Order: sequence, then C-alpha cells, then structure tokens
Amino acid sequence: MCLAVPGKIVDIAGSGDDPLNGRVATVDMQGSRVEASLAMTPEADAGDWVLVHAGFALTVIDEREAKETWEALQIALGDDSPPAASSEDA
Amino acid sequence: MDRAAIRRMVEEIETILAARDSIRIMEVCGTHTVSLFRSGIKSMLPPGLKLISGPGCPVCVTSQGYLDVACELAARPDVTVCTYGDMVRVPGRNGSLADQRGRGAEVIVVYSARDALKHAEEHPDRKTVFLAVGFETTTPATAAVILAAEAKGLENFFILPAHKLVIPAMTALVSGGDVPLDGFLCPGHVSVVIGADVYRPIAEGFGKPCVVAGFEPRQMLEGILGIARQLAEGRAQVENVYGVAVTGEGNRPARELIGKVFTPADAVWRAMGTIPESGLDLRPEYKRFDAFDRFGVEQGPDVCPAGCLCGEVIQGKAAPSDCALFGAACSPLSPVGPCMVSSEGACSAWYKYHRKA
Repeated sequence: MCLAVPGKIVDIAGSGDDPLNGRVATVDMQGSRVEASLAMTPEADAGDWVLVHAGFALTVIDEREAKETWEALQIALGDDSPPAASSEDA
Repeated sequence: MDRAAIRRMVEEIETILAARDSIRIMEVCGTHTVSLFRSGIKSMLPPGLKLISGPGCPVCVTSQGYLDVACELAARPDVTVCTYGDMVRVPGRNGSLADQRGRGAEVIVVYSARDALKHAEEHPDRKTVFLAVGFETTTPATAAVILAAEAKGLENFFILPAHKLVIPAMTALVSGGDVPLDGFLCPGHVSVVIGADVYRPIAEGFGKPCVVAGFEPRQMLEGILGIARQLAEGRAQVENVYGVAVTGEGNRPARELIGKVFTPADAVWRAMGTIPESGLDLRPEYKRFDAFDRFGVEQGPDVCPAGCLCGEVIQGKAAPSDCALFGAACSPLSPVGPCMVSSEGACSAWYKYHRKA
C-alpha cells in the first residue's frame, strides 16, 4: 500500500497547480523523470532526495537512504513491476 | 545486505520462539506483503513465526458497492472516470471498469490526482470523476487537488470519496478479537504522513507491540525481531526502525491538507462492514466536489463474489490458500476478487511466490 519511490530533485518551477505551495519539482528517478508537487515538503530544494508518491513529494531523505530504498524496491517489485508503474498503486 | 547480520537476527527470533508456541505478526501494508516474499525473508523465518497479511491494500478493502457506483458513473456518456491503475480490473456486480471501457466508457488510468485535475481543466465539456481511494499516504494528494479545483473555480471536477484511515481498521481488528495477533509490522510510507506516535493506543492500550519499518529486507526483519523481543520481554510499545523517513508526529503539512478538506466519517470496508470514523468525507465547504451528491448516486450493498474469501483474507481470518477459488477459478489473469487483482493484494502475492512452497 502507498508505496513511495525515491528520486532526486533536478529542477523546481512554480506552476500554480496547488494553492498552498505552487512549487512543482522535476524529479529524476533512476533516469525517468516525473513531476512532483512540493506542497507537503516546503523545505525541499533542488538537489535534495525525496520520496515521491502519486505526484507528491512526501518527505526529504538523505542520499544514502534513497539509494538503499531504491535497491529494496528493486527486490520488492522486480522487473515485472518497475517502480514507475507501481506508483499506480494507491 | 549483510548476510551475517540477517542470520543473527533470524537466530534470535528462533531463540525467542523456543520459549513460545508461536508469534503471530500482522503486516498491515500490502507492499510489505510483497517485499517479505520477494526478499526471501518469509521463507527464512522459523515456522512458528506467522506473518499475516492485513487490510493494507486500498483496492482490496474498497467495498463492492463503491466499485459498482464507479462503473455506473463511467457508463454515463458525459463522464470520464480517472483512477489509479489497480482499480480498473476489479470485478463489480456488472463487470469491471475495464469492461465498461470495452462498452465505450471513458476510463483513464492516472498516476496522480493532479493528472485527474488536469484532465478536467483540459476537457471543460466533460465531467471528470476521480476515484479517491487509498490510505493516508494518498489522501493529501486528493486534498491538494480539491483545494486547487476550488481556487480555479472548476465546475466539472469531482471525486468519489473512499479514503480510509489505518488506525481505526487496526483498532477494529484488535478489538474484534477474532484474529489472534501478537503484534503489528506498521506501514512505512503511511507512517511518513501519520507518524509513529499514533500507534501508541494500539501498543499500549491493547498490548500489541507496533514497529514501523520501511521496505528494505534488513529493516523488515529488524521490525519482526523488534516485535519478538518486546513479546519476550513482556513489553508492548511503539518502535520505529524507519527513522530516516518517519518521525513521531509525521508530515505536518500533509496532515493539515487532509484536515482542511476532509473530516472523519464512518466507512464501509469490504466484508468488514462499517467501521466507525474509519474513512473521510469532504467537509461541507468542499461538498460540491462529491460525486455521490452531484450525480445523486448511492453506494450499494457490499456483496462479495460467491465463494471469494477476499474479505476474510484482508482481516487475517483466512490465508489465500484457504479459498476454494484460489489458483483455480481465481488467478491474476482472471481474478474473482480484488486481492488477486491488485499487485499488492495478498492473493496475488501468494499466487506469484508461495503457490509451490
């Protein structure tokens, strides 16, 4: 349930998509890029690692933890269900 | 992964088990269920250590009646249903959303609630209904898009609310007493939002050790060992082995988003019936986004498919292999119930990793 996937913020833009915090980040997840709202992580900055769930950054984590989590997800989900697809899970 | 450390942890669990008949731990989270299988931890543990899958797969706990309403709305010519992927193939009374799509309905799989909002903005001639399912990890996203829709004055965006709360479901399970449980392996990413402190009433009030863990194999094993140690020492507390992502109070902005838009309400869980204050309704000021109200539809009865034990499986009352349909009439290619549809459902995980074990 509620799987979040780690990625690194490569760019931040204001988009006005959400009224509380208009910042939306471009997050690199091992090569694939997704947009993530920073409404829940106002402290996040470019270069930070975050856990992303359903288009929102849930929390800022350190790089080592991000890499460990990524490896764990590879084991957990494997090739038949890469993290990018698993984010369809609620 | 440090194999020697893993072996030491397994040995300590064996030592603790030697003094007891069994230890029954519920892993609440569907991703834990899958990760425990795939990492090999489940097969490493001694037989007396029972891992029981809990109600932590959002698709699995969603009632049949909700799905039927979603299909009914999808069948309307002016409605587009946007949904997370796993909901699409769950069979309802008159087929699944995928079947509706085959009949010409517009059902779109989205990665984020933000995509559903975007669809509404780009298609002002259609009414976009987002299926708002999921636990506290997912709910803040729905709340944020409701606030955005309000700010933008959108008239064609709605949600079909069915968000659930983890703590009331766990409380219902332990207070029901039907399922003997010794402790809980608590979900990692739900806890990022709700924090570790909220498990204290379950640990301290019901005497069930609660350990919050992430999804790394070592961490899940640390969580299981933590519960076993507490049992051996006669303690029942909240521990958090996922401190890098989970704090005591959780993510405050995320919880504030939920509180601003939603209010706790009784909710129907598949086969579990209505659990008091276990779901979320839109607050009155945002009620105009409620698809139930807007389209005048009601959630029908929660009638499970004949013979399907999904309702028992999500409560830990039955293992997937106890179901007569499992692996025969029900498989991932032709699922009867949601636990076989969802990639994080217990039946799907058992089918993939445990059938031959």
